[in-house]
Amino acid sequence: MRILLTLLVKEFKQIFRNRLMLPIIFVIPVVQMILLTYAASLEMKGISMAVVDQDYSQASRLLVSRFEGSPFFEISLTTSDYQKAVRELTRDRVDVILHMPHEFEKRLYSEKETDLQLVVNAINATEAGLVNAYCTRILFDYNTQVRAEWFGLEGSGRQTTLEMIPRYWYNPLLDYKIYMFSGILVIIVTMIGMLLTALNLVREKEMGTTEQINVTPIRKYQFLMAKLIPFMIIALFELAFGLMIGRLLFGLPIEGSLGLLFLFTCIYLLVVLGIGLFLSTISNTQQQLMFLAFFFMITFILMSGVFTPAESMPLWAQKINLVNPVAYFMKVIRMILLKGSGFRDISREFFSLCFYAMVILTLAIANYRKTT
Amino acid sequence: MSLIIDHIDKSFDAVQALSRIDFEVQDGELFGLIGPDGAGKSTLFRIMASLLVPDAGRCIMHGYDVVDDYREVRKIIGYMPGRFSLYMDLSVEENLAFYARVFGTSVEENYDLISDVYEQIAPFKRRLAGKLSGGMKQKLALSCALIHRPRVLILDEPTTGVDAVSRREFWDMLKKIQGQGITIVVSTPYMDEAEMCDRVALIQKGRVLEISDPSIPRDGDDTQLFSLRSNRGVYAYLERVRSMEGCKHAWLFGDQLHVTPKSKDNAEKMKSVMDSWDDPSLQWKPILPSIEDRFMGLMEQESEEHSTNGERI
Repeated sequence: MRILLTLLVKEFKQIFRNRLMLPIIFVIPVVQMILLTYAASLEMKGISMAVVDQDYSQASRLLVSRFEGSPFFEISLTTSDYQKAVRELTRDRVDVILHMPHEFEKRLYSEKETDLQLVVNAINATEAGLVNAYCTRILFDYNTQVRAEWFGLEGSGRQTTLEMIPRYWYNPLLDYKIYMFSGILVIIVTMIGMLLTALNLVREKEMGTTEQINVTPIRKYQFLMAKLIPFMIIALFELAFGLMIGRLLFGLPIEGSLGLLFLFTCIYLLVVLGIGLFLSTISNTQQQLMFLAFFFMITFILMSGVFTPAESMPLWAQKINLVNPVAYFMKVIRMILLKGSGFRDISREFFSLCFYAMVILTLAIANYRKTT
Repeated sequence: MSLIIDHIDKSFDAVQALSRIDFEVQDGELFGLIGPDGAGKSTLFRIMASLLVPDAGRCIMHGYDVVDDYREVRKIIGYMPGRFSLYMDLSVEENLAFYARVFGTSVEENYDLISDVYEQIAPFKRRLAGKLSGGMKQKLALSCALIHRPRVLILDEPTTGVDAVSRREFWDMLKKIQGQGITIVVSTPYMDEAEMCDRVALIQKGRVLEISDPSIPRDGDDTQLFSLRSNRGVYAYLERVRSMEGCKHAWLFGDQLHVTPKSKDNAEKMKSVMDSWDDPSLQWKPILPSIEDRFMGLMEQESEEHSTNGERI
């Protein structure tokens, strides 16, 4: 206990003596939280649209006004020349072309159906999907309006149509920011935890200070615990700090129990820091470690479902996610914060991570050698 | 017996770093290990410090085996690695207090032991260790290695990279520490430091060539040793002397050359050649070989044997 305490005092002194440490703890996460939450937007506003109107009719103008009225679209070009619109699309100046051909209105009246064309720039497939979804929604509304107004289907003669009004549970306004923010919080806690711990231990190796430590009565587990605890505290602080910022800036809901969230985070950090320690036992320089850590971190984070739900990944990817601690945390933090899940809902993840922590910490301790 | 090194072998991949090292160090002795860079000194010291496991042989420290009882060994030794290994981002006093506490003691408790050393760096006790000069770093490292009152002090090249004055001071401090009853094993690449030890082992290419007591004068060498001095400086003469026919070897020793002729007759001949060099300040006189001369001779012999062996294969 005396030794552990002495080591901890030493670690904290060193951590806070590092000039970059305070910016790393305070500034970098805030910048990331604000920047990434807004930047990694899944919601689209100001989709630039080119309208090719070759009909110039009341019907076509009504449709255009529907798009104008939507907050998602911005009509940047109105023309009757289809080729001109295509040129704009290929130059990446517009995201979508709405093409209403000649006789758009006439056919709508006489044949009760008409054609129109949507050309979507699908360089970014996710974006294209969203653009398409928004357009379809507007066209659906237009359709209903046209039927009602022109064909007099209001009142008694009302045609039965099925209209779906979805209710979005746990995020009723589909505020993507809440979803993104919780994901980014996971990334920050993970990065701070894994990188700082691992770098710290490798730095001691590089500086040669382990040579002197190794001839003292300090035991392996004491030394490693003294590396783990400070960064665990810092990472937990980071979580609290992040939640506060989320609450203030983005109105992040905290439906579930904060105690449960912090308890789960502790277990999660044991795993992540354990991985960091393990990586640092197999690397000799900070450079080697950085490459290793980045490989694992980027793979873990991208596979964790931060942007796309992990459940929609191929089955093999989901299998890989069984050993991806970030995926567990990503799921649980959203369950607790947005859904208000209790311990029983997350118990599977909780015990999986407990087991994981035991395995990885045992590996790290066994692999750290005081004698060669 | 403080330390028993018993037939230690150690190799790294194909390189035989140590072969059949065998010696003993008495209680309270100041034992030196002298040899050039790459001779295997640090490897041997890391084995003694329980940081490295030998391939064969045993190392016993006050009855504890450094491999089996490493935990006990670590309590009774103070080890100072060749490279400065304290925390650069902690201050002088923080480093010292840290190592004291880790060993379950305090700076106050053992202050008498380190006071001679520590007082010299005490004015800088709030300075970060990384900002100290080379000599002060060594003194701090020595203080930290001593703070838990070890029975055996293991110092790996403590004077490498330290200026001549600080080196001298350092050895004086070691003598004082020895006076407190602590056994000291120290390595150095500097031949002239051999004289400061009670006994010295000469190590080269992983083997101990000789263990000797520098205070016992050596004689009975069949070849004689001469010193050559000149007011013009002898460095200019080094190659000239070496190229002379009767010269076995010649080394620069401070401000003089130590020359070993191949035989007594040769010495006479060399003297007469030198007379023709037209340097009235040239002094040529026979001297008693010091331990340095002896080691230089041994090392020369050793490497000659090795190279001829190599040719035969």
